[in-house]
Amino acid sequence: MSDLGPLVPRRRDMHPVPYDPDYKTSVTRSPNWPLLSMESTPSEETGPRFGHSMLGPLDNNLILNYSRDPEKPAVGERILMHGRVLDDFARPVPNTLVEIWQANAGGRYRHIKDSYFAPLDPNFGGCGRTLTDDQGRYQFLTIRPGAYPWPNRANDWRPMHIHISVFGHSFGQRLITQMYFQGDPLIDRCPIAATIKDRGQLDRLVAPLDMSMARPLDFLAYKFDIVLRGRRQTMFENKLEGM
Amino acid sequence: MTQPLDTLIETPSQTGGPYVHIGCIPTFAGIEGVYPQDLGLSPITDGAKGPLVTITGQVIDGTGWALRDALLESWQADAAGKFPGQQGADPNVTGFCRFAADKDSGEFTLRTVKPGPVPMRGGGLQAPHISLWIAARGINIGLHTRVYFEDEDNSTDPLLARIEQKNRLPSLIAGKTGEGEYRFDIRLQGEGETVFLDI
Ligand SMILES: [Fe+2]
Repeated sequence: MSDLGPLVPRRRDMHPVPYDPDYKTSVTRSPNWPLLSMESTPSEETGPRFGHSMLGPLDNNLILNYSRDPEKPAVGERILMHGRVLDDFARPVPNTLVEIWQANAGGRYRHIKDSYFAPLDPNFGGCGRTLTDDQGRYQFLTIRPGAYPWPNRANDWRPMHIHISVFGHSFGQRLITQMYFQGDPLIDRCPIAATIKDRGQLDRLVAPLDMSMARPLDFLAYKFDIVLRGRRQTMFENKLEGM
Repeated sequence: MTQPLDTLIETPSQTGGPYVHIGCIPTFAGIEGVYPQDLGLSPITDGAKGPLVTITGQVIDGTGWALRDALLESWQADAAGKFPGQQGADPNVTGFCRFAADKDSGEFTLRTVKPGPVPMRGGGLQAPHISLWIAARGINIGLHTRVYFEDEDNSTDPLLARIEQKNRLPSLIAGKTGEGEYRFDIRLQGEGETVFLDI
């Protein structure tokens, strides 16, 4: 059967709540009224595709993609972040764009609006991107980001995390999330992590140390799989012309 | 007991945070030279068919304040209602654009061609529209909405027809402010709140 069905509806109870007083910015940025629920249409089932021609060879190597000089790698604990992008039906999502961004090893972002006094690393930009392969796999070489304080309650700190953006093949699959690190005691104190009320779902954002992919005398590895909404494929769907 | 279901559950969303631009529009964050160019700079290239339109607006929070840190993405069909990748689609319409609220004024601008009507599953047409997705600090799961156009016939659009409170319809319809120019403000919360979609 071909890839023609509607998107599986989102399970909103498996996502963070939009309004959470402990995450103060969400209080004024969350809709009051219910969302309009409707079966997906071609506007949500189609989506942008990106090709390899757009990518540079260092795009997924955050240790080198800012300095562009092997003699000037980023400072920090070297890690491989790797995993697969799958859909609800455990089918790999190939050739889809995965983008990441993160703070440096001291917890500072390279952004015009980040004024935390931890220093910038002159050799670290903090962004990377790659396309999944035909099995839905992706890899980034980077450094483990530092935890950082942020203005929310009086003394809130973000656990170490990497931000992730994934496209899938449908605009309705669009997802931004964050990867946390196994064993970080700040996860349980973080009001942003706590916007996810289902503990099992939050645990899915915590990447385990994966020594099978660590490279001796070089880098550790963390595994992070991502599941996107799938498209239902029954024999009884109304098909669209020309799709 | 039953057989176990082996379907997976979607990975939960988290906010894009205040520095979403680093990953999505690095030059906005002040990062140059990592990528040859930012992704989705324009949804069209030279020669795209159809009327050119410019849509400006702000993303406004529940207090009436325009966000300075919102990231927006748009996705649309070409002037004939075909999406990129579909047979016969306009090769000069990539359909996808990424843009940010201005860091000083909160104003965003989208320059594109007006899309044509798009077919529905099982027949019928949707009125011309552009899909929008909004991410920002404080938005825990990205918000989907649509831009329709004041000067199009929106009377038979199936999505708009689903909105019971017709007084909310204007929140999805860009107002014409000039030749090819439209205004579309997104109100996240409160009076005039935009209709957001679970679709
Ligand atoms: Fe962050």
